[in-house]
Amino acid sequence: MTVTLLDPSTEPSVLKAGTEPERPPIIDCDFHNELDSLKDLYPYLSKRWRDHLETFGIRHPNSGYYPRFMDHREEARPPSGRTPSSEVGFARDDFLDPYNVEHAILNPLTPVTSCLDLELGAALARAANDWQVAEWLDPEPRLRASVVVTPQDPVAAGAEIRRCGADGRFVQVLFLGRMQEPMGRRKYWPIYEACAETGMHVASHAFGAYGHPITGAGHASYYIEDHTSPPQAVQANITSMVTEGVFDRFPSLRMISVENGFAWLPPLIWRLDSAWSLLRDEAPHLERLPSEVIAEHVYVTTQPIEEPPRRRDFFALMEHFGELASHILIASDYPHWDGDNPDVVLPSGLDEDLVKGIQCENARALYGL
Amino acid sequence: MIDADVHIPTPRLRDLYPLLPEHWVEHFDNTMDKGASQEYYPPKSPVSGRRGGLEELREAVFEQGGAGLAISSCLYAVDSIHNPDVAAALATATNDWQAAEWLEREPRLRGSVVVPLGLPAAAAEEVERCAGRPGFVQVLIPVRTEHPLGSRHYHPLWKTIEESGLVAAIHFGGAPVTPPTPTGWPSYFLEEYTAMAQVFATQLTSMIVEGVFDACPGLRIVFLESGFTWIPSHLWRMDKEWRNLRRLVPWVRRPPSDYFREHVRVGIQPLDAPPDPAHLCEIVDQLGSEDVLLYASDYPHVHACDAGDLLLRLLPESVGRKIRSENARSFYRLSEGG
Repeated sequence: MTVTLLDPSTEPSVLKAGTEPERPPIIDCDFHNELDSLKDLYPYLSKRWRDHLETFGIRHPNSGYYPRFMDHREEARPPSGRTPSSEVGFARDDFLDPYNVEHAILNPLTPVTSCLDLELGAALARAANDWQVAEWLDPEPRLRASVVVTPQDPVAAGAEIRRCGADGRFVQVLFLGRMQEPMGRRKYWPIYEACAETGMHVASHAFGAYGHPITGAGHASYYIEDHTSPPQAVQANITSMVTEGVFDRFPSLRMISVENGFAWLPPLIWRLDSAWSLLRDEAPHLERLPSEVIAEHVYVTTQPIEEPPRRRDFFALMEHFGELASHILIASDYPHWDGDNPDVVLPSGLDEDLVKGIQCENARALYGL
Repeated sequence: MIDADVHIPTPRLRDLYPLLPEHWVEHFDNTMDKGASQEYYPPKSPVSGRRGGLEELREAVFEQGGAGLAISSCLYAVDSIHNPDVAAALATATNDWQAAEWLEREPRLRGSVVVPLGLPAAAAEEVERCAGRPGFVQVLIPVRTEHPLGSRHYHPLWKTIEESGLVAAIHFGGAPVTPPTPTGWPSYFLEEYTAMAQVFATQLTSMIVEGVFDACPGLRIVFLESGFTWIPSHLWRMDKEWRNLRRLVPWVRRPPSDYFREHVRVGIQPLDAPPDPAHLCEIVDQLGSEDVLLYASDYPHVHACDAGDLLLRLLPESVGRKIRSENARSFYRLSEGG
């Protein structure tokens, strides 16, 4: 059978300011502040680490690199020629103002998360967070930020979270999806302890690689597989955090899935609930249905939003979320090629309050904005 | 009714002795190698099979269960054996044992060829050896593999399976050395069990984008013990990715969901059901075809709910009939009598 697809030539795939005079305010839960190069961090690094970067460089596990055809949308490149969204002024003119962004959560994708030299990683994390304060949060009051950490060194990460936690503009800690161990494992608990102390949450952003194949069945071949697979990693991370009892130990903690799409969440919940009822003898510490834990603690951002061929399937998806729809957060992924245009990302005909929640109110409640 | 997923127990090593060349009997007698040591399930968990005999299966599947025909598989984890010669020898012996002890003794039972997947060329030889032997209707491939199933590594095997006229059943389980999730080894089987749906999703993506179905247009795939309520959202995602990135895989000429509906069938057990039955009906509708689902009991494994009971009560009789028997009969090309 054939499926009706949108004609790619008319598909609204670019984030470009339209002509509508008034846009609803949005809280964008995935906005990327980019480094043009690591040199952007030099002012925030000691000579010891600047020298290290000049004479050695950074090593990463070589397991998740799938060259893509492009990273950023070219039209988001500032006149200086630097990397798109590496200058707050141009990003403000290009995106924050025209899209009526009330707040945006910064998720800097730096080479820190999978840096193998943990001491270098900690220095880079600290520098990246200082860079965020000086070059993003201070000049633009609408921004909030994710703390960059080295999750593989949870003690150092905890210290960095506490250092940044004094500044209320840091709202969450940034993990990538593919970690060395699933996110619920005990080794990461010092990070969640620091989150609980500072009132921060934890985000699992798509991609990353820490030495394992990017699938549960070995190394994929193509970027299209790399780009299709983030939901697999985040589902494993949510499963892990629920199953290990992280949220029982740290009840104020929230986990936010970022850039993984979101239509997989209801089926994951159904599967987890049936796995729990079948296998709970293995984990008797789990006293509640996974669906109940997720309903309190797990949030999802929309981008890249799933586009069912029939609009009614999207409406059904919202029904499947039910009350959990209050955990859906809009995200642009600006300035990346696969970003969603907040103007058109939700199909028309949705309930007005539901839309308002996704665009703004759900994030406001979650982050206390 | 056709039951598309029942299990016969794994053979004990001494069951295979009469079927193994003398060399291998000596090997097992004189070394600590006692065959596959891994199992796809914790041995005492409710999802693990009991060691029942043919009489027990007859009673449960045909008499009580009401099936006229059942497609069985034997989840002997030869893929967990690193020694390729041992894996190949045990696969061959297991298939001869299945034929002699089960398939020849019960004409309503069909079987699955066990293959040493670590050596795709040896796996292809075993497929050729068993194809055409009475009783075998499919090749059994555990979903957890060393390489994604679309990888070039496996293309000659897919070609052989296509030409053999057998279906390829991709089943829960598998024992490669790599972790079951992209984010490492989880602590609990409960997590691994949950994550297995995502491994099926990965394999579907891999086989489509690597052009397996373009190279083998007659290839037929069945997902067993995969669950199916995750499929619609994954189809939406794959179709979107294809629209954006198809220039990277220009041989994929149609939306991935098209390939899925043409080449893949899915057993209904386990049913990871939404609490609201109306939502379950929507999920079935979102699969986009009434031909996709196959009745499956997964005997003798225990699941959270009886998929057949719950699902078939909800759907119109015309769809129920297809799920109970017509879809399997047409996909497996079985004669009347199921």
